Amino acid sequence: MADIRLIEIKEDILSDNKDLADEIRDTLGRHKVFMLNLMASPGGGKTSLIINTIRRMKDAFRIAVIEGDIDSVVDAEKVVKEGIPAVQLKTGGFCHLDASMIKLALNELDLAGLDLVIIENIGNLVCPAEFDTGAHKQAMILSVPEGDDKPLKYPMMFSVCDVLVINKIDYLGIADFDMNAAKERVVKLNPKIKIIDVSCKTGQGVEEWTCWLEKEIKTYRGSTAP
Amino acid sequence: MHELSVTESILKIVLKHAEENGAEKVLTIGLKIGELSELVGECIQHYFDYLSKGTIAEGAVLEIERAPIVFDCTECKHTFQASFSDTKDFTCPECHGAKVTLVSGREFYIKDITIS
Repeated sequence: MADIRLIEIKEDILSDNKDLADEIRDTLGRHKVFMLNLMASPGGGKTSLIINTIRRMKDAFRIAVIEGDIDSVVDAEKVVKEGIPAVQLKTGGFCHLDASMIKLALNELDLAGLDLVIIENIGNLVCPAEFDTGAHKQAMILSVPEGDDKPLKYPMMFSVCDVLVINKIDYLGIADFDMNAAKERVVKLNPKIKIIDVSCKTGQGVEEWTCWLEKEIKTYRGSTAP
Repeated sequence: MHELSVTESILKIVLKHAEENGAEKVLTIGLKIGELSELVGECIQHYFDYLSKGTIAEGAVLEIERAPIVFDCTECKHTFQASFSDTKDFTCPECHGAKVTLVSGREFYIKDITIS
């Protein structure tokens, strides 16, 4: 009878993805391009925030957008209307974007002519949290109508993000949303997270958001060798 | 929800190590998955059975060990466990401080395999 042997592995299941994500960051670093991964539920306001960001920042920064969608080009069309290059990734049912998909999308962009790439991840609070896309910072949106209990239901997502945009604050008072409770829950999961209140509809808070993003881009550029 | 792509990675890593060690068959695969991860064990096994057909890992049993959610209190240094269901309150049970750091719960790796 053949011997049974135990082999210790201790290998990260997503190590391939992580290696590829590091490779992407190296490539972006050579061109001093900053990449932001934006995640949220469907309807949270990812596209609206991106459009608002483009309008405020496109004079000072060369921007491109990578759109992840199950099967449509609706969001990419909105971005292109703003005069910004967009790459649409149709994931055909896939619930998240991973590093290999982002690498394909980046091949379609002229990195030498860019300062900022924004990834609009698939609308989902579960899966995107687990996959490194090669982005430098992780951002997420929680919109007021979704409710203040989302940090309790999707703790992973809130724990991996650098910044949380609480969008649709124009709904406060209409929706059953306790702002203090929501923020307290988020900070407990992630004490370092930056929280910004925004309404893409009224424009409130959008400047604070773009200030945060501009500061991150400047810090990043300062950290990449000339 | 993304169990399929995760399972593809598991199979790839397992086959690599099994072949390096001259295995004829993979019997069990030990996985460590943190409680914060929303992966469904049964689902991974199901995909694994499908993907591993015709490989030396066909029929291998996945043994999943869930790593608990553990926090360190930054104030009194007390270490405590929390469960997914009481994530409403991540305060330190000793000093009731709210400044806590997650030290375990996000694990996601292959511990070991048994081969013959």
